[in-house]
Order: sequence, then C-alpha cells, then structure tokens
Amino acid sequence: MKLKLKIWRQKNRNSKGKFEIYDLDNVSEEMTFLEMLDYLNSKLILEDKEPVAFDSDCREGICGMCGLYINGRTHGPEKEVTTCQLSMKAFKDRSTITVEPWRSKAFPVIKDLVVDRTSFDQLIQAGGYISADTGAAPEANSIIIKKETVDRAFDAGICIGCGACVATCKNASAMLFVGSKVTQLALLPQGKAEATIRAISMVAKMDELGFGNCTNTGACEAECPKGISISNIAKLNREYLYAKIQD
Amino acid sequence: MSNFFSSSIGKKIIMSITGLFLILFLLLHLSINLLLIFSAEAFNTASHFMATNPVLKVMQYVLAAGFIIHITWASLLTLQNQAARPIKYNTNSPARNSTWSSRNMFILGSLIFIFLVIHLSDFFYVMKFGDMAGKSDYELVTSTFKIWYYALIYIVGFVFLGLHLSHSFHSAFQTIGLNNKIWMKRLKVIGTIYLFIVCIGFAIIPLYFLIPELF
Amino acid sequence: MSILDSKIPDGPLAEKWSKHKASIKLVNPANRKKLDVIVVGSGAAGASAAASIAELGYNVKVFAFQDSSRRAHSIASQGGINATKNYKNDADSDYRLFYDMIKGGDFRAREANVYRCAEVSNSVIDQFTAQGVPFAREYSGYLANRSFGGVQVSRTFYAQGQTGQQCTIAAYQALMRQIHEGKAKMYNRCNMLDIVVKDGKARGIIAKNIETGEIERYSAHAVVLATGGFGTVYYLSTLAINSNGSAALAAYKKGAFLANPSLAQIHPTSIPKLNEYQSKLTLMSESLRNDGRVWVPKEKGDKRKPNDIPEEERDYYLERRYPAFGNLVPRDVASRAAKERCDAGYGAGETGLSVYLDFKDAIQKQGEKTISDKYGTLFDLYNKVTETNPYKEPMRIYPASHYTMGGLWVDYNLMTTIPGLYAIGESNFSDHGANRLGASSLLQCAADGYFILPVTIADYLADEIRTPTIPTDTPEFEEAEKAVKERLNKLISLNGTKTITSFHKRLGNILWDNSSMVRSEKSLKKALQLVNELEKEFWSDVKVPGSINEFNQELDRAGRVADFFELASLIIIDALNREESCGAHFREEYQTEEGEPKRNDEKFQYVAAWEYQGESKPPKLHKEELKFENVKVVQRSYK
Repeated sequence: MKLKLKIWRQKNRNSKGKFEIYDLDNVSEEMTFLEMLDYLNSKLILEDKEPVAFDSDCREGICGMCGLYINGRTHGPEKEVTTCQLSMKAFKDRSTITVEPWRSKAFPVIKDLVVDRTSFDQLIQAGGYISADTGAAPEANSIIIKKETVDRAFDAGICIGCGACVATCKNASAMLFVGSKVTQLALLPQGKAEATIRAISMVAKMDELGFGNCTNTGACEAECPKGISISNIAKLNREYLYAKIQD
Repeated sequence: MSNFFSSSIGKKIIMSITGLFLILFLLLHLSINLLLIFSAEAFNTASHFMATNPVLKVMQYVLAAGFIIHITWASLLTLQNQAARPIKYNTNSPARNSTWSSRNMFILGSLIFIFLVIHLSDFFYVMKFGDMAGKSDYELVTSTFKIWYYALIYIVGFVFLGLHLSHSFHSAFQTIGLNNKIWMKRLKVIGTIYLFIVCIGFAIIPLYFLIPELF
Repeated sequence: MSILDSKIPDGPLAEKWSKHKASIKLVNPANRKKLDVIVVGSGAAGASAAASIAELGYNVKVFAFQDSSRRAHSIASQGGINATKNYKNDADSDYRLFYDMIKGGDFRAREANVYRCAEVSNSVIDQFTAQGVPFAREYSGYLANRSFGGVQVSRTFYAQGQTGQQCTIAAYQALMRQIHEGKAKMYNRCNMLDIVVKDGKARGIIAKNIETGEIERYSAHAVVLATGGFGTVYYLSTLAINSNGSAALAAYKKGAFLANPSLAQIHPTSIPKLNEYQSKLTLMSESLRNDGRVWVPKEKGDKRKPNDIPEEERDYYLERRYPAFGNLVPRDVASRAAKERCDAGYGAGETGLSVYLDFKDAIQKQGEKTISDKYGTLFDLYNKVTETNPYKEPMRIYPASHYTMGGLWVDYNLMTTIPGLYAIGESNFSDHGANRLGASSLLQCAADGYFILPVTIADYLADEIRTPTIPTDTPEFEEAEKAVKERLNKLISLNGTKTITSFHKRLGNILWDNSSMVRSEKSLKKALQLVNELEKEFWSDVKVPGSINEFNQELDRAGRVADFFELASLIIIDALNREESCGAHFREEYQTEEGEPKRNDEKFQYVAAWEYQGESKPPKLHKEELKFENVKVVQRSYK
C-alpha cells in the first residue's frame, strides 16, 4: 500500500503544533496501525528526521495507553477496537489518513500525538474506589451477589481508561468514564456504603477539571473500544440525583 | 442539595425537567389547536378558557419560566461545552457515531426560538394586548394560516421542532436517570411516535386552511 | 557456607509465617510518617504494596514510566488467580497449592516462600472482593471457580478473561485513594534509571522525567522494585512493548544478586506470529485449555482446513502423551510438546508453526452461551487479531515468551542483597522455581504487595526511625546522576546507521533460536557469542535521534535495549551453568528417554544467584541450596 499521512506534530506542551504530510510506501495491510507508525518512524529516524511520538504499551487492547484520532474517528474506523488493534486492512491503498491527538481541555497535548490523561487518575482519586483497607476484608463468600449483578458490574468495570469517550464527545465530557466506575461500584454491595459520596465527589471533580457536559448524543458508547453502554450514564445520573436528595 | 444546580448533572436535570414540561405543554397546545379543524366555536371557547381561567393564568407564567430556564441553561451549557475543547479536530466524522440533531440541539433550539418570537407576536401578543378588530381568536388564526408565507414559516418551524424533539424525549429520561439498556429502545420508539403526532398534528392545521386558498 | 542468608524462620512450614509475623520488628504508627518508601512500578504488586504501605502510615512515592499507574502489564493477565478456599470441596488446602507450585516449578523454588504465598491466597481473594473486583459468580450468588494447568482441583477465581485487569484496577484504585488522602504521591511518566546506594543501603533512585527529559533524584529510607519481568528480551513476547529489565539490571549492577535469570517461561497458548511486521504477540489464556482440546493433524504437512480434517485423523497429542492431566499439563510441558509436533512437521497453518485449540466438543456439550460466559472476551480478542471465529473454527496457537521466573534474589522478607532494596512480584525470583503454574502470578503479586511486604518492610524500617529524610545532594546521588547522564549522552552521540528496534529484533531472534524452549551447550555458546557481537555493533552503530532534554521515546527505548544485551548474556551464562533440565529450562543433553526434562538434584538443587563483578567481567555465582523438608523431591510426572 501507498499512503499519505497527515500527522499532527507538536514539540511540547507550550508550542503551537501543525500538520505534517508524509508519503509512506510499501505499507503492508498485515500491519496494525501502530506497526505502520513504527515503520514510518524507522524511516524517519534513518532519514535524520524526528520520529512521531505516540503512546502505546500492551498492544492488545487492554492497557488503554494508545489512542489516536484517525480520519475523524477515535481509534479509527473499526468498531470496538483500540488503535493498537486496528488493522491496516481498514484503509484503502493511495488514501490519505489524518492522525490527530485526543482533543480536550482536560487532555493537553504533551508532544505530537501524546496527551496527558492524568485528569482520569484525578477522577478516580476523587472517589472511584471502595475504601477497604488491606486486612479489613471479610470472607469473600460472606457477600452473596447475584450473578446478574456481578455481570453488570463487570460490564461497567471493563473500561480501559483510554479516553476515547472524551475525545469523541462533542462536549469532551467524561460522563461515560465516570458513569462506568460509579455504576460498577454502586452495583456491588461492597461499594454501596460510599455510593452517595462517590457520585458527588467524582462529578464535582469532573466539573472542576474542565470536562464538558453530557448531551446524550451517544457518541461515546458508539466509539468505546469496550462497548460500554450509556445506560451507565443514566445510572450515574440516578445515583447523583439520589445522592443530592439525601445530601 | 448544595451546589446541585451548578453541577453539570444538576444543570442537565434542569434541562430535562423543563424539556419534559414543554413536551407536555406541546401536547396540550396541539389538542386545542386541533379544535380549529373541527369547530370555530369550540376553539374560541377553549381559547377563552385558557386566557381567563385563574389557574391557567398562573400556568402561563410557569410556562414562560419553563421556556426561559430551558433556553438560559442551554446557552450556559453550550458555552461550557465549547470551552471543553479549545482546539477543534481538523478532520471529524461525527456522523458515524451520533445523529445530526443530537449534536445540534442548540442550533435547532435557537431556530425554534426565532420561530417562537414570530409565533408569539402573531397570536399571543395580539390576543393578549393587541387590537383584535372584532375578530375572534379563530378568525385571527385561520386568516393568518391562509397567507402562504405564514403557513410556510409555521411548517418549517415544525420541522425544526421535530428535529429538536427527535433527541428530546429519550434524552430527557436518560438525564434524570430513568433509563437502562432495555428502556433506551422503548423510549426512543415512544419519543418518535410522540414527535410524529406533534409535528404532523401541528403542520396539518395551517395546511388545512391554506390548501383550499391555493385552488 | 554461602553468603546468602535467606532468613527463613525456624519451625514447621505451616507456622513459619505466623511465627515470623509475631517476632518481626515493628514501627510505631507515630514514627511511620517520618519514613519514606519509594515503590518503582505500579502493577498488581506495586500498586497493592504502595497502597498498603501508605495505609500503614508511611510516606510513599510511586514511579511508573506509563502515563498512569493503571497501564502496568498486570492488567493483561487473563485467566485468573488461585486461592485455597476449597469452595469446590475437592480437598484443596494451603499444602496442596504449595505442593502444586513446588512441583509445577520442578523443585527449584524456596519452600517457605511458596507456602506463605499459598497461605495468604485466601486473604487475597477476600481483599480483592472487598475492593470491588467482580469475580465470576454462580447463579446462587456464590463465587465460581475453574481449573488451570498442572493441578487437579478447581481453585481459580476469575473475571471472564480479564481477571488481571479487574484485580490491577482494584489495586490501582486503592492507590488512588491513598494519593487522595495525601499519603502517597504518584510520579507518572517517570523512568527509573538507577538506584542510589549510600553506606551500603538503598537510599533512593535516579529517574528520568519522560516528558521533559530531566534527570531527577528521589530519596527514601527504602526502595521497592515492582518492575515485572523481562520476557521482552525475546523481542516478540506476550508482554507490553515497553516492559523491560532495566530496573532489575540497575539493581544487579549496584550489588543486588540476580537469581536464575535463565528460567523464563514460554507460554504455550499465544496467537502465533502472523507476519514479519508484528511488534508483539497476544496471549490466549491458559484457562482455555479447561475446555479446549489441543491437536495437530496425524498426517505430516496436512494443509486442509481444520474443520475438514475428520476426528480420526487428528492427533490430540497432549491427551495421548499425558493421559492423567491431558490438556491441562503445565505450561512448560505443553509448550515443548507443541514445539516437538511442529518441528516434526505436523504443525498447522501456512508456516507449520502452530497447533489447534479446539472448542467444538465443549460447545457441543455445554452450549455456546456457557462457553461465551467463560471465555467471551478472549474469543472476541482472538477474532480481532486473526479475523477467524473461534466458535466456528479451532484457534491456532503457538508458544511465546511470557514470564520470567528468575529475577532479583530476595530473602524471606523480600529484601535483595542490598539492604533496604526490596523486590516483589515478577521482579523477584522466589515463588515459581523453574516453571510458573497458571493463575499464580497475580496471586504472588497481590500476596507480596498486600500482605507480605507491608509486614516485612517494618523489620528494616524499625532501625531507620532515627534517620532523618535522606538528602539528595550527597556524592552518591551526584555520582549516580552523572553516570546516568553519561550513558544517555553516549547513546545519543553514537549516531550510527541502524534503528534500535532492528537491534532488538536481532537479539530476540538469537535468543529465541538458541535459548528458549530447548537449549544445548552448543546453542548457548553460539548465542553468547552472537549476543556479544551484536552488543558491540549496537554500541557503535545504533542511531538514537533527538536530544536528552525533551520527550524522546527512542532514547528511552535505546536504554532498555542496551540493558537487554547484558540481561541476555546473564540468561545464557545461567543456562550454561545449569547442566540439567528443569521446568522451562530444557537442556537437550539432559532428558529422559521419553523426552521429559531430567533434573540433577545432586548438583543443581540450588538457586543460582549472580553477583556483578564489574564491566566485561564474568559474574560471580552464589548458590542458595534448596532444602525440601516437606515434600518428596520426585521426577515430575503428568502422565
């Protein structure tokens, strides 16, 4: 394959970035998208040019480190994959591919395609946990939980924290990220004691960090590589309303 | 309930509650309007009743407040949402993951607002404060609809309203938390039925009076 | 007498840990806040240790090279985590898990450590459950279990195929809570490059701020390494592409002994290498062997589609060779058996380098829904990578580099040979001997992090309560920083003609061909020579772009690959020294008539701990003799 790549280049946090165009020949459709970028980088390095910085780690869709905005879509055109799982088969020969970093006030660009997602850590710090000190736990089977409930908690808990929901949302809202964590922990009996305070603190932190408001477009659900449902956002709204009524 | 109304979810719940209230109002408005087709007398009576009943008189202010709050909060939220992404994407294909109307509720709302201003000055203002020149409410309304460009303005207005409503019903329930995977589908169906009833219902009326004029 | 003191408490095996806990030194809660602890790595072990130590009241600083502590590769652990709850009433006990791990490790692990790991396993499950891990449940609402390789009981707790993710996130959340409470501080995108030793004690680290490139100094009263394994030395592995052995190597060069580096696990069920461009291999959980049957065609070079090959023409070679354990033999056995079939020409697929893992019978018996409940996420993952549907067609799998049983030598307190320097989780050597059993790596990480280190570290810190905050402007820090900077400068200045990745690939190939599932003196000697040559070429011809004082991913990668050369040499030296076959270490010269590994307990029943002797000097071997007082050392058999 022969490709034209239009890639966002930015030196560091404070500099103004711009797009650069790269022509890349001999791309195999067997490559993943990131292997294609690896290939581009190896060429750039040997041509004494600066390689493109991008994040990735596990390369099997579970660590959540990778994430690029490819041709106007988070993690590219395929459904329920991360960028590292995206195959070059999804692209046509001689096409132009535009690659941008996640764009959000809460995810500032550090370099090229790398963004700072510590705001997600801050959201979890605000209450995305169950306060069970080491050693304080009761016997695991003393807590009986319906299979259906645990399965729903699991479905909410499979979030990989990649940030695609924020990146794709027209409002850069983090409601799906927060909603899935609040839902997972509120469904489980172990997490119920803190459900109220958790919902309130996490939403307050979300607002403080500059994420936008949810307008229920459903884009996050459609683009989430793990297919996490916006019913988790409804649950968050419910938990929050209930928490505030009690407050 | 401290800080509830300043929080993102609180603000959205305000949008949702006022929205649902306006959705209900539209149904009431439609049922009275439909009387235009069936009987002038019934319409005039209903119109008179709406204007003079003390409870409904109070409700007029509530309704106005509903509109004002819905619009104010929408503007507030939109400004915040714009600020959440200071640098826009160069290439964006949102059509792959969401509907056009869901992404353009503020634009649709603004267009509806313009329509609302025209609508209020045509009827509400004239009926309430203007000179009716001996015309009944029925005559005022039907004579307006017989003018083609007025009828067109109204029909276009209802198209905007329909698009706005297409993202309103299920969205409102989602925001107040009355939603899950199963109900999401049901609410979307109910919402669609509702929007067709309201928009076609409203649009029939000017057409009913305009079409005989054209031939 | 060896200089290695493993500090194993006296007394009966089952009482050692409780006795040790009862006699260990403690730090008064009021004194804890005066003590700093650095934790490097934030996966299942690092995060759980950091959170638990912070809960106790110490000041904790956590370092991760990723953008968030949640990215650590423990997150990719799939199948499950073992515990001796005996919920299935199949006569499970601490002793049985201990025995399974000792036997699975082919009698090359330390009894006391392994028993302790089994002993705290139940608390680990309790702790994770309390912290919100949605472990699979039966319809009754009670916890569900499944089986794993190398055992005959059902003791594995799981959350579909994402157990590691769920457990790691729970530990991450516990850490986030401590950060919220101000007891721990997180340093993301901060790459540890060296350990600072002062007066013989570990007193801090030198780290590179990945975003700015600045070299920074951090001090503490104790340093904990939770930096994982170095299976990426083989280039293609099931690990994350940034996983590395640099922390272990830095510790080694500062005086910590590195134990059994050659004992590296090649996991039998990875998705095979599909093309030349591949940057990593994706694991398919061992749990799949519960219900999947492994086979190859009976006919050599049979290129028919798997579904076209009739039942009688399939060779279920694991069931044939190991009737007692069948498809659930331990990993080393399964990997070698797959390699044997493929080398003999029976392999499946275009390359002949894969075997089938078939779910047809399981789906027929249990229904697609049940199978999807158990393995749905794994099946989806397989489908994404290979674009074939495992519900309809058997999976194709092949062994891949996965886990390092070897690692930094630690005593019973998990302290390395440098006082104040600890190693936990995969980065130490202690619990898995020569082969790790499935679902025991998460267990060891959580056992070390939640329940062992927070207790044992007090024994050391109790003597540090009078030591004020360690200053970072001392000559030791200066020297370490200088050395780090010099090395980075050297890498940048080489300006050769080949990329870092090309060297890493070549190194991986050398090791894979000569020192992986099957090794011999000849292949190892050849490998050592090739590695040394390649290392020289690297230091003269590698091209590292950019500069030091900026975000430079290539520079970080260059440092890791440079370290891989030294690790590779150590792996080979250790493999050469161990003139026996045990677990994953299979020396062609030492095998039984049936092709099973043949141990030499008389000469090699020891842990080989290597001491750094200086640049280009061979390392010095120290032996920790292994005593087995509670198990009978036998020839491992799964037949």
